[in-house]
Amino acid sequence: MSSNLTLLLIPLLPLASFLLLGLFGKKYFNSLAGIAGTVSLLVSAALSLVTAYQYFFVSGKVDGVYQRIVAFKMTWLQFSPGLSIDMGIMLDPISVMMLVVVTFVSLMVHLYSLGYMKGEERFATYYSFLALFTFSMLGLVMSSNIFQIYIFWELVGVSSFLLIGFYYDKPSAVAASKKAFIVTRFADLGFLVGILILSFHAETLDFATLIQRLTDPDAVYLQQAGAAAFMGASALTWGLVLVFVGGAGKSAMFPLHIWLPDAMEGPTPVSALIHAATMVVAGVFLVARLFPVYALSCPAALEVVTWVGAISALLAAVIACTQTDIKRVLAYSTMSQIGYMMFALGVSGYGGENGLGFTASMFHLFTHAFFKALLFLGAGAVIHAIHSNEMKEMGGLRKRLPVTHVTFLLACLAIAGIPPFAGFFSKEEILLAAWHENKLVYGVALLTAAITAFYMFRLYYSIFWNREDAHGNEDHGSHGEGTWSMKIPLVVLAAGAVLAGFIPFGHFVSADGEALHAEMNLAFSVAPVLLAVCGIALAGKMYRKRNELPDKIANATGGLYKAARQKFYIDEVYLAITQKLVFNLVGKPAAWIDRNIVDGLMNLTANSTASVSSRIKGLQSGNVQSYAVYFFAGVIGFAMVFIYFWN
Amino acid sequence: MTGIPLSHILFVSTALFFIGVYGFFTRRNMITMLMSVELILNSVNINFVAFNKYLYPEKLDGVFFTLFVITIAAAEAAVAIAIIINLYRSHQSIDVEDANEMKF
Repeated sequence: MSSNLTLLLIPLLPLASFLLLGLFGKKYFNSLAGIAGTVSLLVSAALSLVTAYQYFFVSGKVDGVYQRIVAFKMTWLQFSPGLSIDMGIMLDPISVMMLVVVTFVSLMVHLYSLGYMKGEERFATYYSFLALFTFSMLGLVMSSNIFQIYIFWELVGVSSFLLIGFYYDKPSAVAASKKAFIVTRFADLGFLVGILILSFHAETLDFATLIQRLTDPDAVYLQQAGAAAFMGASALTWGLVLVFVGGAGKSAMFPLHIWLPDAMEGPTPVSALIHAATMVVAGVFLVARLFPVYALSCPAALEVVTWVGAISALLAAVIACTQTDIKRVLAYSTMSQIGYMMFALGVSGYGGENGLGFTASMFHLFTHAFFKALLFLGAGAVIHAIHSNEMKEMGGLRKRLPVTHVTFLLACLAIAGIPPFAGFFSKEEILLAAWHENKLVYGVALLTAAITAFYMFRLYYSIFWNREDAHGNEDHGSHGEGTWSMKIPLVVLAAGAVLAGFIPFGHFVSADGEALHAEMNLAFSVAPVLLAVCGIALAGKMYRKRNELPDKIANATGGLYKAARQKFYIDEVYLAITQKLVFNLVGKPAAWIDRNIVDGLMNLTANSTASVSSRIKGLQSGNVQSYAVYFFAGVIGFAMVFIYFWN
Repeated sequence: MTGIPLSHILFVSTALFFIGVYGFFTRRNMITMLMSVELILNSVNINFVAFNKYLYPEKLDGVFFTLFVITIAAAEAAVAIAIIINLYRSHQSIDVEDANEMKF
């Protein structure tokens, strides 16, 4: 069937370009690699759009409910007749939505990188890594099988590692890539154990079957999983929480978020693609994928999701107010927004009006991808012009970077939740869902929304206003805003950030596949919008013109400011735990045992063999006649034995 | 022929065998070593012929064996001399102690 072929082509094109560019690119067509990668992604993105159209408007809906369609399936590992690991492509509203987001943002980043990474020595390598990432991410969102998703999950981890550490001669980049890999790997351990628990009880790895078996209250599977208890919680709760731990690691949820700010060492377009729009929402996607199980069978696990999300959202927002590296501000803002998506899932119910949180979460994921990618690409343009990440080196750039300025402003308005930009709609839905379910979470969300508006506009004013252009006379040469290939993605994404909110998202994506008619309540929107405007006004007062106010406030809040600036010492806590506790109590004894006992045994064997052989090596003299003597003596010896001792 | 007992002949062949072995072990010249090997082979030939003659006079198997051994010995001598010539080309010597590179 031709549509299956196009579906397969979507991930396979980036894979092909990864292999081609990775193997031959650097040597044979380094400067053309960008074009090649972009074109393959363009085709992929076009096919995704076609697929989305096909799914949403033509074939996906049966009786008003969007179906899960397994478009392609092959058995990869057959363990027993009942259990196999399949490789497949599953289409449902969220995976199709993610398909579009991933290919679209990836395409924008490919295009942007043409200008941003120009002249880079490892240009082709960069594009091959990007393609690898895109392939893995597409595989992840289309997985039909929980084990398949795990494989692609690790693949995106690897490509993120490769891209963070792209500037491998920079020690900080190397450290950051290692940190990201280790932290997410650690979380993935939880994911793996969760997979094993869930699939053990459901006796399948297939998503559709697994969800169906674990949500049916009459089924023996669910009763078993709910009955098996460990430390006060059922196996099902443990499994779901552990799966969420994996998701939290990838999505930089508190307390596993420490890798994300450091990951900003990678090239900025990469941050836009991986650490803002696509990979970090994989955790949200995972929870959404298993959402029926969470919502119907295990509210306790969903509670965990809610609170982790809410805490992360608030904490990251507070930290973001104090950071001075613009990419780090954006990183914390990403973390905060993902926290939003998480708790939106957490407060959601399954089906009908209760599923508002689910739709809102996915909607926010969708709009966030646009404006956050735009913010990062805009930050990239600023960094490209200034050659610095530090806010205090910037200021007054609005004349020099007009396109960046306008698009950045639009993105800031969108993320702050000002109508009618995209973020407003999705955030309103989230707030509404939180209001219905849990007033405390709603309070946290509202506070976070205000802080978000504040720190985004702190960023905006610090970059584009604050003082007159320090670099006014183009002392960095004629960089300007970069090439057309850098401007087009900004403009396209800005259009997305402005317009994406008008998509009637509830019609397409909902927890149970039925259309959800979300209604906007104008009265309800007043509070958040007002708060956001207050945040913006405050930021304007503090940062629009250089003045003493920020320092005064920093001094007045003393301890809190300092703690936030130091990211609440979470990194230090980790360091203390890993270095002092783990290192001294586990690492050192283990190293001692390894060095002295394990190695000692091996060395003993090796040394005794060596000393024996050095003593007897004289036998092998190279002299043929002495060999003949040995041989003859041996024959005589055997003859003697045979004659005198035999019988 | 009747006057000579088998043990005499065996004595000769044994002496010949050990002379050959002694020569093979002590001589450094490879040609001489080759000659010693021929002595050993010939002592075996004598044994074959003698046993055939004294124990199974109606059969010829031992004699055939001797013929084979002689043939093989000729071939072996050719190979050995080829080796010796090559060794001489590379080492400028046919002293067996000069060719002791293959050791520990």
